[in-house]
Amino acid sequence: MTDKNGRLKNGMAIFKRTLQGTIVPVVLLIVWEALTQSGFINPQILPAPSQVLLKWIAYLKPLEPYDPANMSYLAWLFSGELPHDALASIIRVVGGFGIGAGLALPLGLLMGGSARFYQLMNPLVQLLRPIPPIAYIPLAILWFGLGNPPAFFLISLGAFFPVLMNTISGVRTVDEIYIRAARNLGASGATLFLRVILPAATPHILTGLRVGIGVAFIVVIVAEMIAVNNGLGFRILEAREFMWSDKIIAGMITIGLLGLAIDTGMDRINRYLLRWHRGMDQ
Amino acid sequence: MNDLGSPQLQIEGVSKVFGSGGTEVVALNDINLSITAGEFVCLLGPSGCGKSTLLNAIAGFSLPTCGRVVANGAEVAVPGPDRAMVFQEYALFPWMTVAANISFGLEIKKIPKAEIIEKVSTLLEKLQIKEFSDRFPKDLSGGMRQRVAIARALALDSPILLMDEPFGALDALTRRSLQEELLRIWMEFKKTIVFVTHSIEESIYLADRIVVMTFRPGTIKQVVPIDLPRPRDVASSRFITIQKQLSQMVMEEQMRFQKDEAEHLRV
Repeated sequence: MTDKNGRLKNGMAIFKRTLQGTIVPVVLLIVWEALTQSGFINPQILPAPSQVLLKWIAYLKPLEPYDPANMSYLAWLFSGELPHDALASIIRVVGGFGIGAGLALPLGLLMGGSARFYQLMNPLVQLLRPIPPIAYIPLAILWFGLGNPPAFFLISLGAFFPVLMNTISGVRTVDEIYIRAARNLGASGATLFLRVILPAATPHILTGLRVGIGVAFIVVIVAEMIAVNNGLGFRILEAREFMWSDKIIAGMITIGLLGLAIDTGMDRINRYLLRWHRGMDQ
Repeated sequence: MNDLGSPQLQIEGVSKVFGSGGTEVVALNDINLSITAGEFVCLLGPSGCGKSTLLNAIAGFSLPTCGRVVANGAEVAVPGPDRAMVFQEYALFPWMTVAANISFGLEIKKIPKAEIIEKVSTLLEKLQIKEFSDRFPKDLSGGMRQRVAIARALALDSPILLMDEPFGALDALTRRSLQEELLRIWMEFKKTIVFVTHSIEESIYLADRIVVMTFRPGTIKQVVPIDLPRPRDVASSRFITIQKQLSQMVMEEQMRFQKDEAEHLRV
């Protein structure tokens, strides 16, 4: 009884907070709409939010009417320009991130675990790390031409360093007491590394992965503006050439939503993997 | 392994020097001590007297500069499960559940799964932590955590139990109940225990012998046998008499520690 009451109360509190959170955006949208509708702002420069929404829906909708002879219903539903662009961008982020993190993680574990290997590799890493991935664009095009290869190269480069640096520091800063306790229990070699050092370093590693995918998401937009002819980054740049400001903003909103979805997903994974960690309940 | 009465732990001329050149610190100087199987020995002294250094030398974490430690008939060279250690708080693996913490040492020993499950269940029962078996350490109070730490050490079946101020962070009531628990375990499992503490009362309550250590360089000031019958009454006149004697000894060293600290600040 009290539990039900409590849940109800809790639900009301969440509802109230959500309502409060929407006040500022809604007011802003109303002001924006009024300013453009009244002709105070040139819609070519800044289209009304309603116009952006209409454009976003049009961008989302399939281009052709549904014909069962051509494709399945689901395929048709996602045959619009926006789902295609979003999917292309997601594949690039996931693929590039996979390559970058997949290389950085073992290298970071090795550098963190072996002082000698660290001394060998660290100067090079410190030299390359400050170069922003964007600065690799000319080389990427020179090496890989246009298309997906340079995009994957740039994205994986963007994900590589955050994962590498965090993995190294995660392994190197494992609390000595865990290692002592493990050695006292008879652990050594691979057991010590896999069952004690690696889990103890997980919070750092996950932070690196989260930053890494964030950078990958930034780089994918840039890479698409330069090297390929689909994806969200390409689409908003293309829209500029036609002065379609509504489509630019619709594309930006999609990018924002996608970024939010990726970050939320990473947060969920973090929470699950770190359910043992202090300060991880709420 | 050893019969009761023979030495289980032999500390022979152990010295430990940290640093080198002008910044050399002699943490231990020529420590000789023989500990019998089944004995409960407390190392007592102020900060900087080398009691933890000595324990670490026995555990094999930090070998002596000269001299040697012989445990269970073999010279100590590396840490190992024949000298199970209970650390100060927070040495449980936070990513493992209570049950996983206790079984970790057994898995390393490649003990069959069924046997591990049974052993862990017995220990959970014995330490009264059964209902926490699937919890993570962060969900436990300090006292419960140290119960798990003791269970984890007991799982190794080592004849020697090393304890580094294990109850130092606990409140007085929790501390007393864990001390009683420890005495029960000590009697039941016939362990040889080396227990580091800076609490005079704790050492008298627990030990067969108290080794009082001097502040830098760490040497043995005096070995005080405690022959009070157990359970010991902390309010009895004999307990209080011993406490006064020890208090005087330890305070002398504490004064030297404080003087040294003040001198370091002046430099």
